[in-house]
Amino acid sequence: MIKVRKLVKRFGLKTVLRGMDFHADQGEFVALLGPNGAGKTTFLRILASLSRPSMGRVNIAGYRLPDQASAVRRRLGVVSHQPLLYGDLTAEENLRFYGRMYGVRDLQSRVAEVLELVGLTPRRRDLVRTYSRGMQQRLAIGRAVLHDPDVMLFDEPHTGLDQDASAMLDTVLREVAARGRTVVMTSHDLARAADLASRFDVISRGVITASVKRDEIEPNNLLAFYRQALQVA
Amino acid sequence: MTIESESSYLPEEQGTPAASKVAGFLRAMGAVVWKDLSAELRSRELLSAMLIFALLVILIFNFALDLDPATRREPTITAGVLWVIFVFAGTLGLNRSMAIEKDRGCLDGLLLAPVDRSAIYFGKALGNLVFMLMVEFIVLPIYSLLYNVNLFNPGLLLVILLGSIGYVAVGTLLATMAVQARTRDILLPILLFPVVLPVILAAVKASTGFLDGSEMDVIRPWINLLIAYDIIFSAVAFMVFDYVVEE
Amino acid sequence: MDSKPRLLTIIDIVTVVLLLIATYMVFFYAPQEAVMGDVQRVFYFHVAAGWVGMLGFIGAAVAGIIYLIKKDRKWDIVGLAAVEIGIVFIFINIVTGSIWARPIWNTWWTWDPRLTTATVMLLIYFAYLMLRQGIEDPDRRARFAAVYAIVGSLSVPLTYFSARIFRTIHPIVIGSGDPNATGSFDMTPMMLQTFMFGLLTFTFIFIDLFWHRIRLGRKADQIEQLRLKTME
Repeated sequence: MIKVRKLVKRFGLKTVLRGMDFHADQGEFVALLGPNGAGKTTFLRILASLSRPSMGRVNIAGYRLPDQASAVRRRLGVVSHQPLLYGDLTAEENLRFYGRMYGVRDLQSRVAEVLELVGLTPRRRDLVRTYSRGMQQRLAIGRAVLHDPDVMLFDEPHTGLDQDASAMLDTVLREVAARGRTVVMTSHDLARAADLASRFDVISRGVITASVKRDEIEPNNLLAFYRQALQVA
Repeated sequence: MTIESESSYLPEEQGTPAASKVAGFLRAMGAVVWKDLSAELRSRELLSAMLIFALLVILIFNFALDLDPATRREPTITAGVLWVIFVFAGTLGLNRSMAIEKDRGCLDGLLLAPVDRSAIYFGKALGNLVFMLMVEFIVLPIYSLLYNVNLFNPGLLLVILLGSIGYVAVGTLLATMAVQARTRDILLPILLFPVVLPVILAAVKASTGFLDGSEMDVIRPWINLLIAYDIIFSAVAFMVFDYVVEE
Repeated sequence: MDSKPRLLTIIDIVTVVLLLIATYMVFFYAPQEAVMGDVQRVFYFHVAAGWVGMLGFIGAAVAGIIYLIKKDRKWDIVGLAAVEIGIVFIFINIVTGSIWARPIWNTWWTWDPRLTTATVMLLIYFAYLMLRQGIEDPDRRARFAAVYAIVGSLSVPLTYFSARIFRTIHPIVIGSGDPNATGSFDMTPMMLQTFMFGLLTFTFIFIDLFWHRIRLGRKADQIEQLRLKTME
């Protein structure tokens, strides 16, 4: 579903990604782990078609980036640590707006369905400004699945959430990640990632240094695995 | 939690005929305009700020220039004061309208949508134009009332429309850059004013012409210039907008 | 680090020699203008400086277009170099113009189209630098600067054109002169030679400074690269 070969990204003279290889099969939920500044967000922004690769090949759902960005965008849902929502619009209006941007069919019923999915139907007529951080984040997931994408990208979705809100978010994330969608999530929270992902990749200094499947590793050993992977670089 | 239905909500595929591509462009552009208008009609933050600002500028001019009743009605003064109001109030509106997109990462949200970037540009520009025209058409009767001049001249309205189009065309582009800078609160007027000067110059001249009842022969070159500037600036902004939003 | 190219050294020397000759010609070779007297001698360097200022402006816009197409940092450095040199010379142009205008037009300043355009050009140059200063990410800085240079370069001729429709008192010495312009004069052959030589000299100054500034920019890049390397 996602194939990345020898990806390089430079900002000015600074090289952030140094020939990164990455792949994710359909239905996989990959957690990208790594310290701050390792290049996680940069990598996700490239997958999201928001940033152009300096070198290398990126292929998502059979389309190349950046030249077939529009086709990729149709199949992509992104949840970032910012909600990407308009505070002066209601939840319903936000979804309707993004639905029109994506050209979603049967928008009315789809919006209702998505609101139900993220558990915000009772508050659909309230301004997003009045929402708690956790509710905003759930609505952000609703926005991301509106057009039924095949690939989903989560960039630190738990940022700024308390335990309860995180747990609720996880329920929705799991729901959304099911149905054969491919998911890539960045996180620096090992415990959260361990709950959700089916594969763990460690990214350090702009390359992936280790990768392990969930059924190949004891949950207790994950921290040791992560530490060791960081030493490699 | 409900189960998502079988029917596909995926938007139409690429490679569709040109007609549906145009439809998609207009749909996205319309969505952006609709979004800006409904958010603004609810909060009225932008419009009220622009309007109060406009009134303050009128007030300041009244004392700063110590306008006596005769000079107040001088077409040159009227046209000049009006355009100063529009230009300054417009900057306020442009900055705010783009800051909304930047603050919660909404700009990324727009860019993630499978639409042409120029649809986003034209949507934002059209929204900004509507706000600017709303302010202008509230300021005009107030100015008429305060200074006892009749500003309801169809020619003047046309000039205001044309001038605002040119102003908003460059303004939307430069505001998109300004809000992405560290110094965004001060940057927009510095970037915008020297560049938009020809539009203002022509607009003031044409406004003066209509207000003092000049011959059409005198005014027409300025109107033509305004139209030319509108086209040039819109075309350039359209061509380079991609580079201002894409990394 | 690459050493200084020989051609650049040659241009350095040629430029200095040309400047000395040009200065001599302005003060001793060119005849005194009958009406205006010695103050007219300002004209030679005044126009030449304006010419360089405009070269900088065009250079920045062209570098901007190439940058947007190629996305090569080199062209960002070129654009910045062009703007920095342009600022200095437009400033010289405005100052020398004022010195001339004081006795001839009886004022330091007037809002004539050319003066307006020169001012707007200077303001756009300053805005360009402020824009760059406000952006940390070097790629974004380069993209925005390129876009602004392009938009600015379109706006400047439009300003000139608009302002031109107002009546002008600025003399147009080159091309058909407006007889109403104050301070207009016809050039004698010796004046024309001095004038042309001045243009040539200033073009050389532009090329020389441009090259030096671009080299400086690239050296700064190399140092930054080494710094990043040692940090790893």
